[in-house]
Amino acid sequence: MVETSPFPADTEHVITTSKVNFFYGATQALFDITMDIPGRRVTAFIGPSGCGKSTFLRIFNRMNDTIAGTRLEGDVRINGEDIYRNGSNVVRLRRKVGMVFQKSNPFPKSIFDNVAYGPRIHGTHDKQQLAEIVEKSLIRSALWDEVKDRLESNALGLSGGQQQRLCIARALAVGPEILLMDEPASALDPKSTIRIEDLIGELRNEYTIVIVTHNMQQAARISDYTAFFYEGHLVEFNATKKIFTKPREKQTEDYITGRFG
Amino acid sequence: MWKDKAMRLLMLSAASTSIFLVALIFIFLMKESAPFVLKPGLGALIDRQWIPVSFVEEHFGILPLVTGSALVTGLSMLFTIPLSVLGAIYIAEIASPVEREILKPFIELLASIPSVVLGFFGLVVLAPLIKNLFGLGTGLTALTGALLLTLMAIPTVITLSEDAIMSVPRAYKDASQALGASDLQTIFQVIIPAALPGIIAAIMLGVGRVIGETMAVLMVTGNSAIMTWSPLAPVRTMTATIAAEMGEVSFGSMHYQALFWIGLVLLAVTFVLNVIAQRVLVRYGMMK
Ligand SMILES: Nc1ncnc2c1ncn2[C@@H]1O[C@H](COP(=O)(O)OP(=O)(O)O)[C@@H](O)[C@H]1O
Ligand SMILES: [Mg+2]
Repeated sequence: MVETSPFPADTEHVITTSKVNFFYGATQALFDITMDIPGRRVTAFIGPSGCGKSTFLRIFNRMNDTIAGTRLEGDVRINGEDIYRNGSNVVRLRRKVGMVFQKSNPFPKSIFDNVAYGPRIHGTHDKQQLAEIVEKSLIRSALWDEVKDRLESNALGLSGGQQQRLCIARALAVGPEILLMDEPASALDPKSTIRIEDLIGELRNEYTIVIVTHNMQQAARISDYTAFFYEGHLVEFNATKKIFTKPREKQTEDYITGRFG
Repeated sequence: MWKDKAMRLLMLSAASTSIFLVALIFIFLMKESAPFVLKPGLGALIDRQWIPVSFVEEHFGILPLVTGSALVTGLSMLFTIPLSVLGAIYIAEIASPVEREILKPFIELLASIPSVVLGFFGLVVLAPLIKNLFGLGTGLTALTGALLLTLMAIPTVITLSEDAIMSVPRAYKDASQALGASDLQTIFQVIIPAALPGIIAAIMLGVGRVIGETMAVLMVTGNSAIMTWSPLAPVRTMTATIAAEMGEVSFGSMHYQALFWIGLVLLAVTFVLNVIAQRVLVRYGMMK
């Protein structure tokens, strides 16, 4: 797979992985994945269900650690730092790498307390300061205008799309550099999906965003780079435009033209 | 169709039977205790002495029995709540699958021990222990009863609290961990608050069991109807009084009626506790 790099010369790679293998017990889910993810860009992971997109995404904030019997081989670095070395600080890592899940999962607490949760557990208790963080995060996630008059009401009373934007605000509130999103709009109606996509567009210059999606139009719309996975292998990774117009691999082409998956 | 109807009717009658029975019991209690209101009057119940049989002057003061029940129940909840809630958290969130396999059957076993057997254990093992530990004249104290009741309440409260904790969606835990929360932060700031209604219900059921329990306290609390708040003093609870004296009391006497009043008070207390529990549940239930 020798080829010219898809990245401009001045690209800073925030996440780099080298020969990553991942196992659930005895079952191998990822094979030999080497990939450099550029900073302050949107990178989309596409591929048929079960090909390992979520598994790979969850490696970057070590969420797979919470599943018993998993094992990782290879090298994963964020800003050059080996995040799986012994003694690596998972709390610090997860402050830097926020995550938004497929199904919106606000806590059964008030809107304010949801957003303030992260800052609080990391030691911010000053009321004024928390209020500022909450406001800033909600503005950032394009939810402020809808909820500013009911910050104390329960988050579970929000609509699905609002809940997902709240989850994004909650992730932003701890000041991450990287945002991992695992099919963040797959459970939402088209209108809410558009809002989330617009939001990603607004965040793209400030955050390194990695988004899993099974929706190829979505990947084409919102991402700068796209990685196609198949059965645990990284088949192709290139500028999104290239992937969708001139894929190099036959498998990629078959997938994006809808021949399988 | 007729099968459906018959089934409906059967279930309806089963349901209404219980309502009917409750009403019947209540009416019976009222009827048996009613004459006491006229003579000697309800004021007689508010007395610090319970001396229902006497050649000099009878006293039907239920205050020492109420304080006895309150002391034993209160002490017992003081032990039960932290032990059970921490135990439930451990089993649900921290224990390895192997530990869980070992712990759970033991808790179920504890739940299945008849209270008389526990009372026997209290009499033979616990009472002497407490007597020697505190250098008392007798080991039959409020504390002894409370400890036994704790053993009885723990399985219920642990099991129900554990259910409540286990039913908290995994997604909350994921969200908390992904924000960099430690396991303990996740447990105490997300999981426990989300499980709180269930935990409160579990505690209320535990209190119910403890207040109503008769046999064990009858055996180990020393049965002296003296008003005290000392955990190391012998006391007598309302339930134990009814159980001990109902067999010998002369039918229809003032003593007999006073025992029914104790029953009514007990009923009122458990009713109030239930209402409070419901209120709490509704309030937090809305939060869910
Ligand atoms: N918790 C788990 N335990 C065991 N196997 C899992 C687990 N999660 C995912 N897998 C397996 O790993 C593979 C990749 O899954 P996943 O990363 O969820 O795929 P995708 O997100 O692309 O649909 C699948 O074969 C799946 O069955
Ligand atoms: Mg997935």
